[in-house]
Formats: sequence, structure tokens, C-alpha cells
Amino acid sequence: MTTYNKPLPQPNADDEFFWRGCKKHKFLFQKCLDCGLIRWPPSFLCPQCWSGNTTIIEASGKGKVYTYAVYHLAYHEGFKSDLPYVTAIIELEEGPHFLSNITECNPGDVKCDMPVEIVWDDITAEFSLPKFKPVRVTT
Amino acid sequence: MRKVAVLGVGMTKFSGKQTKTAVELLAEAAMDAINESNLKPKDIQALFVGNGLGDFSEGQMQPQAFVADYIGAFNIPANRYENACASSSAAFRDAFMWVASGFYDIVLVGGAETAAKMGTPLATRTFAMGSDSRYESPCGLTFPGVFGLLTHLYSKKYGIPLEKLKQQMAQVSINSHYYGARNAKAHFRKEITMDDAMNSAMVSQPLQLYDCCPFSDGGSAVILASEEKAKKLTNKPVYVVGVGQASAGNLMSQKDYLPRIRSRELASKQAYDMAKLGPKDIDVIELHDCFSIATIIALESVGIFEYGKSGEAVMKGETKIGGKIAVNPSGGLKAKGHPIGATGTAQVYEIVKQLRGECGERQVEGAKVGMTDTLGGDGGTICNAILQRGW
Ligand SMILES: [Zn+2]
Repeated sequence: MTTYNKPLPQPNADDEFFWRGCKKHKFLFQKCLDCGLIRWPPSFLCPQCWSGNTTIIEASGKGKVYTYAVYHLAYHEGFKSDLPYVTAIIELEEGPHFLSNITECNPGDVKCDMPVEIVWDDITAEFSLPKFKPVRVTT
Repeated sequence: MRKVAVLGVGMTKFSGKQTKTAVELLAEAAMDAINESNLKPKDIQALFVGNGLGDFSEGQMQPQAFVADYIGAFNIPANRYENACASSSAAFRDAFMWVASGFYDIVLVGGAETAAKMGTPLATRTFAMGSDSRYESPCGLTFPGVFGLLTHLYSKKYGIPLEKLKQQMAQVSINSHYYGARNAKAHFRKEITMDDAMNSAMVSQPLQLYDCCPFSDGGSAVILASEEKAKKLTNKPVYVVGVGQASAGNLMSQKDYLPRIRSRELASKQAYDMAKLGPKDIDVIELHDCFSIATIIALESVGIFEYGKSGEAVMKGETKIGGKIAVNPSGGLKAKGHPIGATGTAQVYEIVKQLRGECGERQVEGAKVGMTDTLGGDGGTICNAILQRGW
């Protein structure tokens, strides 16, 4: 196995639960118990109603491509072997928008609004990154 | 609040990698501004400096203190502003408020950056610190990608086919290069064609090389003074009649508005309200064209064109000198260059020169009111200012 040489997540007090969940392939988000907002990025209070009353929910990992861009030039050594790679904002079915990569498809086939689902990339012993792949229609 | 005027302005030539430090570049621009104001460095009461990346590019903090000493404005208070690409615009707004409040009569505000010497990989990485690097870095997202995301989103939201939008974006860059070729202080002084733009290297699809501004080195500075002082020192004061500033969280937090930039809508409204003017009153605007799509988006968020319509206006020539509004007659970030911390006050420099009628073949005839628009990060900071001819 080659060494992973891309920038790693830097967990902080607010999003530590999220990265711990990812390691177990669970896609966890905070939900406000007062106004119901499911929020991203994580924070100790709800930016909509300022309540600190929070629970954690597991998202389905389903959503659609809100928008995307395909890199043909790597700014970081670690991404060179991935070129061309797709960065995208995923509109999750639970509401939040989530920044990720689209994998397991030809970058040229990515379109706005196409349905996608989560796929886990176990990058190191500590971290798994949530990525997304097109939902394939099986007959 | 007192009326505040811009007296002298100064800027270095914007360029690629060079040997001067941010302190030297700012000192050079500052002395031009001071001399143009018929002042001496000892007349400056305080210094406000925008500098984004000096810690990384030069391993140097607080350049502002060294600049004050360098120009012989000994021991004056000197503060630094870091608002990513809007650093010196935030400095400008604060400097304005200090003079408007009556606390100071004459201050120097400027910015400097040596971004080009870092080389593209380090520069792109440090520029990415201006957006939400916690979640963007692991995905490999940087500013060219952010504006690639916004381009696809703009195409989707307003139903403009990508091919058509790309032509409109290319025309934005062609215009910037046309004016840059005629600006002696610009980083890039050559015209480009539609073919050049369309055949340039793909960076972050749909953005190509000519959709992106360069990393530049440079400095800029302006003198702000109370109306009373200004009247004694010049018969051509340019008044700062409106300022605005707003912030926003990361792209994910801006989902209810994108590709509109909410912080820009709020900041520009503050500036218009304060000036008692509207978008139709603006003769010339220097706006933040870090990427070609950014111009199209900015023109709508400051209210010049309707949402989804500014690309068409660009194609009709409405954003060129002689059109409905002159956009970036300096060449903008695209051709004049983008030395991060220097960009905001360099926009003020161009507007002041335009209002004074000193721009030669790039002159917007009869310009009375001008506006600046600076974006920090992906909407994190927006600053706007409206300037008006005082004679
Ligand atoms: Zn809430």
C-alpha cells in the first residue's frame, strides 16, 4: 500500500463525531431538537434558532449533484495521479449541502442534478472519506 | 460623521515574481500617494495595511510597522488587515471610519503582497486558506474549483447553456486584457482573442487558463483626509460617499443564495444607501474578477444587471468603456494582476484616476461616480465603496 499523501481531515471539537462516524462508515449529522434543522458544518449551537439542544442523526448517503467541477491541473502533489478528478457539492436528501468527490465514473458523465450515493474511501488507519458515485439503475 | 476625501494615490507596477518585499512595495506606493497629496510622511497619523499571506510568502508578520518606519512616519499606529483577497478594502473601510469619526485627519491606507514568488503550488495552497480549508483541502478543492462549481451552478440556475456562458466568460477576459494592454502598471499587457481563451489549458473544468487571474506581486496606497484638510491640500478631492462590508460562511452555508453572493448584495446596499445613490448612478466599477465567471456574478449582486443577464450585456459591449457601465478599465485582476493584499486599494487607485480624468486612452469620459467591489475567499468578505468627484 502506498502512503496517502493528500491533505487529511483535521478533526476539531465540533466535527470529531463526524470523522469518528466516517471511520465506521456512518454518515452523521447534527439535528437541532428545537427547530429541526439538520446542519453542516458542525457547530455547538444551531445557527437558525441558537439552540444548543442537539441530537445526532445518520444520513442516508443519498442525494444529487448540486454542482461540480473537474480538475485537470493538480495544485497538490497528492492529487496528480487522480487527474482528472471531480469535486462536487452534493445536495443530500436530508437537506444539507456537502462538499465531496464523485468517483467510480467517467468525469465527463457527471451532470448537475444526477442522483448519487455514498461510497466510503478508507484512506488511512484513522480516516475514511465520504465520496459519492452515480446511482446505477439496475434492471 | 465628517466627509472623507481621497487625496493622493499610488501603486507599483503589478508583476510576476520579483525581488522586492511587501514592505518595499508598499513603501514605494505610499511615497507616490504622499507626494501626490503634497504631504510629508510626518503628516500621516495612522497606517492601515492589507496583507494576506506575508507570513507564508516571506516568513514575515507585521509588515505595517516596518513600512511606517521605512518611509519615516516614525512611531505612528500601524495595523494590518487580513480578509483574504479583500484585505486592503477592509483596511480602507476602517480607515474611512476613523477619519469620518473625527479621530484622525490624515491617514494612509494600502496593501502589498508578494504572492508570485511562492510559485503556483504553494500560492494556490495558501490562497485556499482563504476559503474553508477544513473541508475543501481533503477533497482537493481550491479557488479555481470553487468558481468552476459556481459556473456549472450559474448555467443550471439561469438556464444558460454552458457553451454560451463560456463565450460570455471568455469575452470578460478579452475585455480585461484589452484594457490591461493599455495600462502601464498591469501585470499582463497583451490582448487575447476568443480563440486564445477557448483553446487555453483546462484548469478546473469548465474553467480554462484565461478564465483565471494570475498570482502577482505589487503594492498600492491611498491617502484619506477629512474634508477640511482636503480642501486645503487639493482642488480635486474625490469623496468617499458610501462604504459597505458583509461576511458569509463557507459555500455549503451559502446554499440558499448561490450563485448569488449574499454578502455582496448586503455590502453594496449599505454603500448605495449611505451614498444615496443606486446602481444606475455608477459610471465606472472596478470589481473582483478573480475568475471570469466572478465578473458576471458580481455585476448582478451589485445590482448593475438582472440575475442571469450580465453575460448577455458583456457580449453586447455594455461593460466596455462607452457602454452602459465601464467595468474594470484597469484590466482588472485578470490583466492588471492580483497581489492579494494590494488589490483593494489598487481598485481605489483606478477609480480615483478615472474620476480625475487621468487615464489616457482608457479614460471613461465624464466619469463622476465610481465603485469598488472586492471579494475575500468564496464570499467570506465583501467590501464595496462608492467614490464621487468633488468638483
Ligand atoms: Zn435550531
